[in-house]
Amino acid sequence: MAKSQSIARKTAELMLEDGAVFQGIAFGHVQPSYGVTKAESYAVYPKRMYESDTIHIRGLIVSSAIDHPSHYLSTQSLDRWLQKEKIPGVYGIDTRALTQHLRERGTMLGRIQVGSQSVDWYDPDKENLVAHASCTRPRRFGKGKHRIVVIDCGVKHGILRAFVDRSCRVMQVPWDFPADRIFHEADGVIISNGPGNPALVDRTVVELRRLISRRMPLWGICMGHQLLARALGAKTYKLPYGHRGNNQPVINELTGKSSITSQNHGFAVQEKSLPRNVSVWFRNLNDGTVEGFKHLSRPLWGVQFHPEASPGPLDTNGLFDQFLRSIR
Amino acid sequence: MADEVYFLPVEPHFVEQVIRKERPDGILLGFGGQTALNCGLELDHTGVFKKYGVQVLGTSVKTIRTTEDRELFANFLAKRSFRVPRSYAVRKVDQAVSAGRLIGYPVMVRSGFSLGGLGSGIMRNERELVEIARSSFSHVSQILIEECLEGWKEIEYEVVRDSADNCITVCNMENLDPLGIHTGESIVVAPSQTLTNEEYHRLRSISIAVIRALDIVGECNIQFALDPKSSEYRIIEVNARLSRSSALASKATGYPLAAVAAHLAVGRTLDELKNSVTKKTPAFFEPALDYLVVKFPRWDFSKFLNADQRIGSQMKSVGEVMAIGRSFPEALQKAVRMLDIGKDGICDFPHRKITPRTAGRPTPHRIFTIAQALWNGATPSAIARATGIDVWFLHHIQEMVHTYGDLRRTTYSSVTPATLRLSKQQGFSDQCLSRIWSVSEGEVRSKRITLGITPVVKRIDTVAAEFPASTNYLYCTYHGSVSDVDRHPRKTAIVLGSGVYRIGSSVEFDWCAVNAVEELHRQGFRSVMVNCNPETVSTDYDMSDALYFEELTLERVQDICDIEMPHGVVVSVGGQIPNTLALALAGSGIKLMGSSASSIDQAEDRHKFSRLLDTLSIDQPPWIEAKSAQSALIFAKKVGYPILVRPSYVLSGSAMNVATDKNGLKSYLEEAVRVSPAHPVVLTKFVTDAHEIDVDAVAQQGRVVSMVISEHVENAGVHSGDATLVLPAQKIYVETEQKIENAVRKIAHALKISGPCNIQFLAQDNAIQVIECNVRASRSFPFASKVTRINLIHLAVRAMLSRRVEPVPYPVIPYVAVKAPQFSFHRLTGTDPILRVEMASTGEVASFGANLHEAFLKSVLATGFNFPRRHILVSLGGERNKMMLLDELRALASHGYTLYATEHTHDFLTARGIGCIRLEKIHVLREPSIATYIADHQLDLVINLAHQFEGDVIRDDYAMRRLAIDYNVPLITNLQLATLFLRAIQNTSLKDLLAKPWSSYLPSEG
Repeated sequence: MAKSQSIARKTAELMLEDGAVFQGIAFGHVQPSYGVTKAESYAVYPKRMYESDTIHIRGLIVSSAIDHPSHYLSTQSLDRWLQKEKIPGVYGIDTRALTQHLRERGTMLGRIQVGSQSVDWYDPDKENLVAHASCTRPRRFGKGKHRIVVIDCGVKHGILRAFVDRSCRVMQVPWDFPADRIFHEADGVIISNGPGNPALVDRTVVELRRLISRRMPLWGICMGHQLLARALGAKTYKLPYGHRGNNQPVINELTGKSSITSQNHGFAVQEKSLPRNVSVWFRNLNDGTVEGFKHLSRPLWGVQFHPEASPGPLDTNGLFDQFLRSIR
Repeated sequence: MADEVYFLPVEPHFVEQVIRKERPDGILLGFGGQTALNCGLELDHTGVFKKYGVQVLGTSVKTIRTTEDRELFANFLAKRSFRVPRSYAVRKVDQAVSAGRLIGYPVMVRSGFSLGGLGSGIMRNERELVEIARSSFSHVSQILIEECLEGWKEIEYEVVRDSADNCITVCNMENLDPLGIHTGESIVVAPSQTLTNEEYHRLRSISIAVIRALDIVGECNIQFALDPKSSEYRIIEVNARLSRSSALASKATGYPLAAVAAHLAVGRTLDELKNSVTKKTPAFFEPALDYLVVKFPRWDFSKFLNADQRIGSQMKSVGEVMAIGRSFPEALQKAVRMLDIGKDGICDFPHRKITPRTAGRPTPHRIFTIAQALWNGATPSAIARATGIDVWFLHHIQEMVHTYGDLRRTTYSSVTPATLRLSKQQGFSDQCLSRIWSVSEGEVRSKRITLGITPVVKRIDTVAAEFPASTNYLYCTYHGSVSDVDRHPRKTAIVLGSGVYRIGSSVEFDWCAVNAVEELHRQGFRSVMVNCNPETVSTDYDMSDALYFEELTLERVQDICDIEMPHGVVVSVGGQIPNTLALALAGSGIKLMGSSASSIDQAEDRHKFSRLLDTLSIDQPPWIEAKSAQSALIFAKKVGYPILVRPSYVLSGSAMNVATDKNGLKSYLEEAVRVSPAHPVVLTKFVTDAHEIDVDAVAQQGRVVSMVISEHVENAGVHSGDATLVLPAQKIYVETEQKIENAVRKIAHALKISGPCNIQFLAQDNAIQVIECNVRASRSFPFASKVTRINLIHLAVRAMLSRRVEPVPYPVIPYVAVKAPQFSFHRLTGTDPILRVEMASTGEVASFGANLHEAFLKSVLATGFNFPRRHILVSLGGERNKMMLLDELRALASHGYTLYATEHTHDFLTARGIGCIRLEKIHVLREPSIATYIADHQLDLVINLAHQFEGDVIRDDYAMRRLAIDYNVPLITNLQLATLFLRAIQNTSLKDLLAKPWSSYLPSEG
């Protein structure tokens, strides 16, 4: 006869700022701590299958957690990984109800509480998250003709891989790296994705203005798109319903063709604040908001979605080739 | 609905006539499955489209041809660097060896055209390959050496593309069973569960690239093999049409693939079409699923004699269910119950000796075998090795088995709320728990409710709740804290659908359910549909005011009633499953609409019903309820054989049997039903030389308001579902008709029927006998309604609601309609294609004509018969069959047909001056042999009438029938059917079968 399950199921609670409570079961790191994790050093850079050196989230909520992953590339369970990186998780939560709650009441703070231990509130919006997520000193990798500088606002390794795989020499620099030093190192500059509110990242915007005035080819992705727009004088605003997930439809206004994209952002660029020499390039098919812009005469691009996907659909992957062609 | 409908065979001859008449501008080929696609290709090939200027809309014929031809397809893809399985056709041993070296071992060897898979298989090294190649080349000149994809995952994508080249994948699906098992035979999960992001999106990108390369406009399905050890892929096939998988994908996601594909075919684009769920966002999007679905096929091998129960690359299932849950275990166990095979979940073990090896054999019961193997202590990895099933699935099954063990170690009173909740989240039913703890299902339910362990209702909204959407496409889950719906203020009526398609219950009942929902809505009710079959119209979320894609079990219907608090539940339009639930539902305090549970019970319970007929002085064949074998045998001796035996209460799947002699009856009573006072059986004299008549009626509080009488072509003894129905009845005397009408009125009155009912009669001369009554809509309701233009279901619903329903005068029908069964014997290797008391047909067709012969021939042609040109083989068992068919055969011979006959039939015919050619029976192994003639397609028709109800199947007759089926030669095995067919082909030629629209067949005022 089969043996009993001996998994200790420790209950956990997700508490939201507005008092709502969702019951679940703890996994990952069960001590309530928002402990700082240290980046391991990796032999290969940028990493394959990972998007960053460390886990940047402070807690993970899933509907179900799998104890027995099954894939030939799998090295550990999610549970183990979270334990190692000291990130608490909750599973068994009605994630659909949680989505509906946040959809109706807006983004808010939450905390994960295991057992009776109490946890203090923490508001990440009060900090410049980009500074936390960015690297602290430049790194170089890749071989090839094109020199690409990536301004790291919390870059996903997918973006770095996209250029390395296309035979580029890549230099990853911190979010506040001076434009002067970039200028001599780059044939083109990428402003990466990153967390939080673009209005708090003015240092980068200042450097971008310098690069624009020196006619450097620039491409902002996600947060980078918002920062580049701000550098061009446009405004950003918070969306009523953020775009999250890898099934976001966008239409290319210049070709009329539509693509499915991967997105994760709560802010957007205000269309009417865009300067005249810049046109809307991509638009979200669900709510019509700006998903990309393009300068009329030179390589100065912004895309709100993630052409590198990882995870998500590869429909817009060709933009990387297009960018490299444009800076030739 | 369509502006004009033609009840005609989907076959080039008839479709051309329709085109000539209607002169359409365009035609869609991808919406009617393989039949429509093949017909369209043929019409294009013969230039019919060109001749009449008909444009093929959507995907072009050229593309369809590329996807349909194996070689063209493989070359097309290989040329564009897509990976397809490598394959070499070789004619010599040394060629085979070099092919083996090129591909690398193991390799798959197929020696074409060999029956029964002989000479095919996996060769693991060069020695094995050389061996099989040598022996194969002694039989065949060519063998195929193919890359072996054994154990690879099978993954499908549903892809949509518009004429502006916008492309999306609506859904992907993962087969639980690895490659080698037809996707229609596999348990399928959507979305895929074991792929990495990289694999998922690589295959997605390839899908889109392939659909672009093929220039498909509309919808297509692409199947991949994916190596679980290296992420290598191969493209297996592309279906450039809507398929079974697209229907499943539509239900799984809420994305209406067929509707969108139709729009795209006429040139609209995805970004201008709207998402029909949100009604705001565009159709250019990919649904997000915050649940998963499990599709489970339903097989019906037990209905057939000699069926080979192995499943594999040939599709043999007759239906499927889809279960929705928020975890794999929850959905899987729901699916098991939806199958209606008497299993309360996955831990309903077969209790045979199980080893991982047994689990390796794919059969309909494999999932239960796997569960038992895990219960017996096998590890998921051992089972994975034996089956090729991913351990992800097996670990989940192991968790369920563990929970089952935990449940067995507790008792009803000691079980903790946490264990109980976990078991419900893993999909264990109250019925299963009651079985474990030996308490009633009701006790489990009330304990659960006291502890607050109840399911919540969630919506399927295509956007995973990220945007507000108010669909009424619902399912229940225990993985939730908040319900998406509240009780609706409007007066609600729940309709129970027919569940899984199986032999005996198919789309007919879905038509009934859909029409019931429509009429309820029209009568001011909020209509709520409960059904679980992804192939149906009733599970389109916009057919009803709300749809629960759910189990049709007592527990779940009660759950839904607790939430919806309906005015009533309709159990009489969904066939046998809802009908069987009636008593229990009423017993739990739920109001049934229409006829009461006790009147349903009185008709279902053989004993009670037979008693009722006696009190009403309505004749019935002699019957007895026997509680012992002895009393049964005494009765049988008195009335004579054959005897029909069945359990007292007709439960789903419970076996009926015909005993032709004492020994047969004895063994059946002792082995199959184990007759006892607790399990009585009903024995009925089995009448075979009578006419059979079907009455579909609607009554209101016992008063009949409409009645449609159809007759069977076949004599009694053939299951009514396998019989050919004729309407209006052609051979009934006025007096008989009046007797039937009176009997129907008496029964309806006695049972106080409100709503639909169906009564079956036997007629001999002017005497009638009742053989069965169902207080529910029957399989023939749609046929009766469409022929008479009286919508019996609309009428029945109004009757149930106590609306004023005037009796409908019986219309005069100046035409004839025939409903014919569709059999699938060719798919079921080894089965004996003979009509018996157990139903075997898997579908039906109907056609109209000016007379019986026209309507009959159209129907028969629609089931795949060909009009026989010249050569007919007759093999008639017994003197009676020979005598009865004599006149027709004489006429045939004089009409210039060439007759072939077996030994005795040949002697019989020649003795009577009818010229015929003698063919040797198959076992004789002498030429000219039936086997050769069938295999060489030298026969246009085989008529084999077995000596009726002989105890054993005669081996040689069986071999002849089976061969005819295997070589697709039309076969008739029933005397009345043969007579009618032979008469019809003499009086009517193909050009007499007119393509007239349904609208031209109108009843006159009666």
